[in-house]
Amino acid sequence: MDKFTTLTGIAAPMPLVNIDTDMIIPKQFLKTIKRSGLGVNLFDEMRFDRQGNEIPDFVLNQDAYRNAEILVAGDNFGCGSSREHAPWAIKDFGIRCVISTSFADIFYNNCFKNGILPIALPAEAVDVLMKDAEKGANARMTVDLAAQTVTTSDGEVFSFEVDAFKKHCLIEGLDDIGLTMAKADSIQSFETQAAQARPWV
Amino acid sequence: MSPKTLYDKIWDAHVAHEAEDGTCLLYIDRHLVHEVTSPQAFEGLRMTNRTVRAPDKTIAVPDHNVPTTLDRANAATMTEDSRIQVEALDKNAKDFGIHYYPVSDVRQGIVHIVGPEQGWTLPGMTVVCGDSHTATHGAFGALAHGIGTSEVEHVLATQTLIQRKGKNMKVEITGKLALGVTAKDITLSVIGETGTAGGTGYVIEYCGEAIRDLSMEGRMTVCNMAIEGGARAGLIAPDEKTFEYCKGRPHAPKGAQWEAAIAWWKTLYSDDDAHWDKVVTIRGEDIAPVVTWGTSPEDVLPITAKVPAASDFTGGKVDSAQRSLDYMGLTPGTPLSDIEIDTVFIGSCTNGRIEDLRAAAAILKGKKIKVKRAMIVPGSGLVRAQAEEEGLADIFKEAGFEWRLAGCSMCLAMNPDQLSEGERCVSTSNRNFEGRQGYKGRTHLVSPGMAAAAAITGKLTDVREMM
Repeated sequence: MDKFTTLTGIAAPMPLVNIDTDMIIPKQFLKTIKRSGLGVNLFDEMRFDRQGNEIPDFVLNQDAYRNAEILVAGDNFGCGSSREHAPWAIKDFGIRCVISTSFADIFYNNCFKNGILPIALPAEAVDVLMKDAEKGANARMTVDLAAQTVTTSDGEVFSFEVDAFKKHCLIEGLDDIGLTMAKADSIQSFETQAAQARPWV
Repeated sequence: MSPKTLYDKIWDAHVAHEAEDGTCLLYIDRHLVHEVTSPQAFEGLRMTNRTVRAPDKTIAVPDHNVPTTLDRANAATMTEDSRIQVEALDKNAKDFGIHYYPVSDVRQGIVHIVGPEQGWTLPGMTVVCGDSHTATHGAFGALAHGIGTSEVEHVLATQTLIQRKGKNMKVEITGKLALGVTAKDITLSVIGETGTAGGTGYVIEYCGEAIRDLSMEGRMTVCNMAIEGGARAGLIAPDEKTFEYCKGRPHAPKGAQWEAAIAWWKTLYSDDDAHWDKVVTIRGEDIAPVVTWGTSPEDVLPITAKVPAASDFTGGKVDSAQRSLDYMGLTPGTPLSDIEIDTVFIGSCTNGRIEDLRAAAAILKGKKIKVKRAMIVPGSGLVRAQAEEEGLADIFKEAGFEWRLAGCSMCLAMNPDQLSEGERCVSTSNRNFEGRQGYKGRTHLVSPGMAAAAAITGKLTDVREMM
């Protein structure tokens, strides 16, 4: 997995609340057996008309935000389907960090498996960051995972919370399956004990 | 011993390892797999020379993009990319030696309907699947939730998940439901009350008289939509109804093991003075047959209400409500029962079980549909067979419904069952998101009885008028 340490980049504002994973990556793009190449389909139905032309109003179609690496979004980002194609598409587009007041649990978890940092902050902080993002390409935010801070283009700093284990895996770019397999003895002894306690399972 | 919730008890029985910081390895008893969210996970195993740790606990079935038309044995009914996904699952199931119900098997169906039907899902288990509606299995008092594809790969390789414990939320539905009010109305009303993020970070336990009175099918409907309320998992404590449902199922325990299982299952309830981080109580008598008007499952109103205005809301919901109204093509102040519809879809892991089909048939018997098209997609081949045996299929066909083969179908429209632009559909599924049932398609979520009533009148309709 790609590491995430610090990131300074353009932030795109998407104040809409309840952005669901069907919006992030519509189902017609789930028929892939690969993880890559979904960036061109990110937000497809909001981003393109049926003829494939860009919808000019959509934020990522505006010149200032085409190279956005951070998304500042409304409440409850990533709700709905568990499809990991959503973070795959976000990452493939080039976005490495999403900031909102809250995230749906499964999406939040999926981000960490793909080198994306989701940051949950109080509404007042997200409001400030949203306004900063609205300034366009010249306003670049900085995210520092080790320090657990987001800094606006004006230098205003917000601290965020993140689970220590998830942070560690993201900073080091660790494969968590490998980490778990190193605990095979614990799994084995659990299986032995569970087979006695609940043999019908 | 300190008092525990049902969630606490199941969690404690499945912790295989706990790190100092509280990060746990949670052992997984059942891993359900479908064709859309698994190919990359199996590919990951191959690339790292890993294998499936517990193939006997892993069950696969294609459901999301299989056609539901009667001619689906003909490969030409599938698009090439769908066919590749199903063929990949065929191959992965064979190569890794996991249990498999292929499209040609009468037991094939929606993974969340097949699991309970075959007795794979049992009380006290941990169940995961690369699908958010895994919450369905919570109806058995199993801790069940959706996971992403990376986690699918993690479970395949290690039979565990890296987890931190969630918080406990109690949703109590007191008293009795009124005539025409169903499990679907309960679960939608709860989401209407708490919002789609109200359950984020929680595991919900549904309890109270109205929940106890539900059949297992109804309980599955309630737990199925826990995720639409933001909770990864919903639970209902097992009772005699649960045991009766499980008894004799192909993969349920038998003989002495059955007795041992029952003895443990009977300990699976929340202790009287257990700690709850959040409690929501709704009077069963206050729940009406409901319908969604917008593009979020929290946009719920009784069928007797009127389309709201964006100005009825506050904060970020004002803009999103306006967007929903525009998308849905609705004018504030219109009585919901005046909204004309084009299409009716009855099916999905929310409402594709036999009881749902019986509820629809009770309304449709001897009637004809007034909508342009209507389809019933049973949740599994066995549900379909039972509905035919009970004469329900004849009622549907005589009414003008298409009677389909099992699959997810128009719930997420990955197969050819899709809405066209502007087509307005009354659906028993679980999500009314923009584009969910087809590009620019418009979805109103309802119970099976309400869907049947709408099919007959061609408008959103209060099912109580037909009872």
